[in-house]
Amino acid sequence: MAESHSHAHPKGLQHHFDDLTQQHEASTLGMWGFLITEVMFFGGMFMAYILYRVYYMDAIVEASHELDWVLGGVNTLVLLCSSLTMAFAVHAAQEGHRKATFNWLLVTTTFGVGFLVIKAFEYASKFEHHLIPGSVDFTDKFAYPQAEGFFFLYFALTGVHAIHMIIGIGVVLWVAFRARRGDFTPNYYNPVEMTGLYWHFVDIIWIFLYPLLYLIEPLKLGASAAGH
Amino acid sequence: MIGHVLPKKTYWTIFGLLMVLLALTVLVAEINLGRTANVVIALTIAVVKATLVVLYFMHVKFSSKLVWVFASIGFLWFLILVAITMSDYASRDWLPVFGK
Repeated sequence: MAESHSHAHPKGLQHHFDDLTQQHEASTLGMWGFLITEVMFFGGMFMAYILYRVYYMDAIVEASHELDWVLGGVNTLVLLCSSLTMAFAVHAAQEGHRKATFNWLLVTTTFGVGFLVIKAFEYASKFEHHLIPGSVDFTDKFAYPQAEGFFFLYFALTGVHAIHMIIGIGVVLWVAFRARRGDFTPNYYNPVEMTGLYWHFVDIIWIFLYPLLYLIEPLKLGASAAGH
Repeated sequence: MIGHVLPKKTYWTIFGLLMVLLALTVLVAEINLGRTANVVIALTIAVVKATLVVLYFMHVKFSSKLVWVFASIGFLWFLILVAITMSDYASRDWLPVFGK
């Protein structure tokens, strides 16, 4: 945040830091500290998933057939692309290319929105087929009662992930407009890089979610996608 | 210039690797090697992908050792969570419950 000062100091340097290098290191550690809390946050839900998979494998397998692995795969691809464009945005910021930084951040946002659109289609399909925890249809549709537990995990994991995507998109957009405004220099671009760290982390969560939720049982690539 | 600048070519290379690994993830899911082997392979591929993202996209490979420590410790704590929780569940039958 730039405030008016009577003395000269590097743009973006906050007073409690000696220099921009120290500030950059502190920002990086601070963001990683936050990401550690995120690992534990998602970790709790992954732990629940592990228990369900170990103790109710057959129910998990049966329930996971309702998910569309093609859509999930496309979403994985979308997020990997968004991580690439985010890395390009940080690169552009490091080189002081204001317009390129803005453009790459906007492309990243577009990929993020694309992910959420596909997710919305998936959720709509689940609602349509009454695959919502609490629905009475579970006893009719599935041989194993714990299939409902799988869907609880599915919505909890992908739902919290989607919330992180929404927040991430907002932050990326904000940083994009800050970049366009000229807030950053090759020596100060922390907001871009830290937003990048957050974004890559949310991508990593999905990298694990995809095989764990969608690819549990051997697929038949020839047949049409499992979800309906 | 603050921070390590990676050439865009490196990012493209890593992206290419991630694409290959994604294809591998789907292809391996086709083959049935038994439930344990399948999940081990799927998780291994996922861990490799995550490591590539952490090291290159998140610049950890070119960061200070302190950043390395911060980046790895979260996952270590998650492994501790898994290990102790699974030990708890696995040992449920070992001791009798008083009164039963």
